Amino acid sequence: MSNERAATGRSGLGDGRFGRFGGRYVPETLITALDELAASYLEARGDSGFEQELDELLRDFVGRPTPLHLAPRLTELAGGARILLKREDLAHTGAHKINNTIGQALLARRMGKKRIIAETGAGQHGVATATACARLGLDCEIYMGAEDIRRQRLNVFRMELMGATVHAVDSGSRTLKDATNEAMRDWMGSVGETHYILGSVVGPHPFPTIVRDFQSVMGRECRRQCLESFGDLPGMVVACVGGGSNAAGIFHPFIDDRNVRLHGIEAGGRGGQAGDHAAPLEHGEPGVLHGSMSYVLQDRWGQTMPVHSCSAGLDYPGVGPEHAAWKDSGRVEYSSVDDVEALEAFKLFSRTEGIIPALETAHAIAGAVKLAKDMAPADLLVINVSGRGDKDVDEVVRLLGGD
Amino acid sequence: MNRVDQAFSRCRDDGRPAIMPYLTAGDPPEPVLGDLLVAMDAAGADIIEVGIPFSDPIADGPVIASAMHRALSRGITPERVLEEVRRVRGSIESALVAMVSTSIVVHVGVDAFVTSCGDAGFDGLIVPDADLDDFDRLGTACRRAGLTLSPLVAPTTGLERQRAIADRASGFVYLLARAGVTGERSSAPDIEGRVEALRTVTDLPVCVGFGISTAEHVRAVGRHADGAVVGSALVRVLDQAHHQGADVCAAAHAFVTDLR
Repeated sequence: MSNERAATGRSGLGDGRFGRFGGRYVPETLITALDELAASYLEARGDSGFEQELDELLRDFVGRPTPLHLAPRLTELAGGARILLKREDLAHTGAHKINNTIGQALLARRMGKKRIIAETGAGQHGVATATACARLGLDCEIYMGAEDIRRQRLNVFRMELMGATVHAVDSGSRTLKDATNEAMRDWMGSVGETHYILGSVVGPHPFPTIVRDFQSVMGRECRRQCLESFGDLPGMVVACVGGGSNAAGIFHPFIDDRNVRLHGIEAGGRGGQAGDHAAPLEHGEPGVLHGSMSYVLQDRWGQTMPVHSCSAGLDYPGVGPEHAAWKDSGRVEYSSVDDVEALEAFKLFSRTEGIIPALETAHAIAGAVKLAKDMAPADLLVINVSGRGDKDVDEVVRLLGGD
Repeated sequence: MNRVDQAFSRCRDDGRPAIMPYLTAGDPPEPVLGDLLVAMDAAGADIIEVGIPFSDPIADGPVIASAMHRALSRGITPERVLEEVRRVRGSIESALVAMVSTSIVVHVGVDAFVTSCGDAGFDGLIVPDADLDDFDRLGTACRRAGLTLSPLVAPTTGLERQRAIADRASGFVYLLARAGVTGERSSAPDIEGRVEALRTVTDLPVCVGFGISTAEHVRAVGRHADGAVVGSALVRVLDQAHHQGADVCAAAHAFVTDLR
């Protein structure tokens, strides 16, 4: 089981339930499309032609495998475990998001769907979707919150350069949650000719499983690279968690390796008060958002609560249902890092390792430095460097008041 | 007999479709929900759908989604909606059906939520985004509380699944006229074949909604279906009346009268 999961990164589609979480809480109009998607996905993964094309694109176009290497100065500074970096920032477009969009775009083409829609928060998933669509010749429309468009203007230009249309979403909180609502509304009316490339391990079944499977390429590589280059499995793997796709992708192939601790870092924002953070695993309750049951930040009536994070990619009130199940089972531990700590880690990582990390990734770095201190020098701790921070430089300058 | 069942029985005797206006609770802010229900009842609404605002209504188009956000920003809660229903229940004949997101039902608790809807005087429930796996629990709670439970059937729903859905329904089955979200359309939908197909798997009344905007649409739908839901067009009219300083109850009364 362990070897099979590590080798293939998938364990069947199942019924879309992760313990008491998951499911398909969507209007009936979408159910047939979700059934078709699940069937097409299973069929594709049994087709060696599909696997071969995916592998080639990941190798030649995305640049996989991404490196795993020691972070010597951060290790010294943390004063504990040896810290290894899984360099998803070096994947084409600068983040892990491309692993999923290439896979789903190939799937859409196979299903005969010529139009792609997607939601985006920080813009990384939007850019990765626009990239995959340009490469495969598919029409692409991206929904993005008006507030995120302001914070991530560079990514809007990148999407448009690659031929995508970017729709500003002005409803609700004008961030990722509302962009997701709008993409789902589009899909309700266009489901015959359109595929929705959901960008995280959230949403109705089969999305959480499909996205996790496509992202598991990170964990499979990382596991192999650890054994080959460092002679052992890591003692701990750390990743940031918004919707949770980079964490799910790197954690999943290690799930059966019981000696490997897995640790997800949520966005602690300005503090623990409602509305000041984006940490549903730490502060949320079971509820339904965007088609699945998971931990959600909701008020007593089930209304989605406002969230805050300095990172647009973590600024989301829900989290993937598999993370909710991992939290309940205790297999994965979760904690949070606040805006100030993340900004410090952003600067520290740039200075000590010569890598400007995404603000999302900076949360994982801040958490990992704390966790590494309590581990032995012989232990390996892997940080999933989920993305590079070029997109965040303007926003960080603004947040730091220009210093 | 449940008021929903009574309404269809009455309409069948009259040889006409049930008039089913939809409004979003808490929008406009004045007059309060109960007064609007009284006005629509007086105008002859057979079944009134009361939309309980939710922060992330993915099945709703811009008119109803905006109404929900306006209502929420003014502090509307399910509790307040139930209070208004309780206040006017004794004085109106129309059946009242709550349309509510599964997020609210699940968070409050299925049994607790359904029971409180029944106690307040609702006659039925529509949960448009419930997981079919959960319908048995929802159905049990509704039967115990004396409420009908009406699931949705979409243009994309195959016949076998239509049967599975209809088996879990009571009161009526809600047939979506179109793929896509709620919102006004200029032409009446062509639903004859789909109503016929649905009737092969259920004896329950079939109601049609999503994109039904005018009296003419209602008449066209009524040639095949047992009821027609008009939502966004009414929500827009009420919002306009509110902004023009007009009598919103009179506008609601006139709109529903025109549908009959």
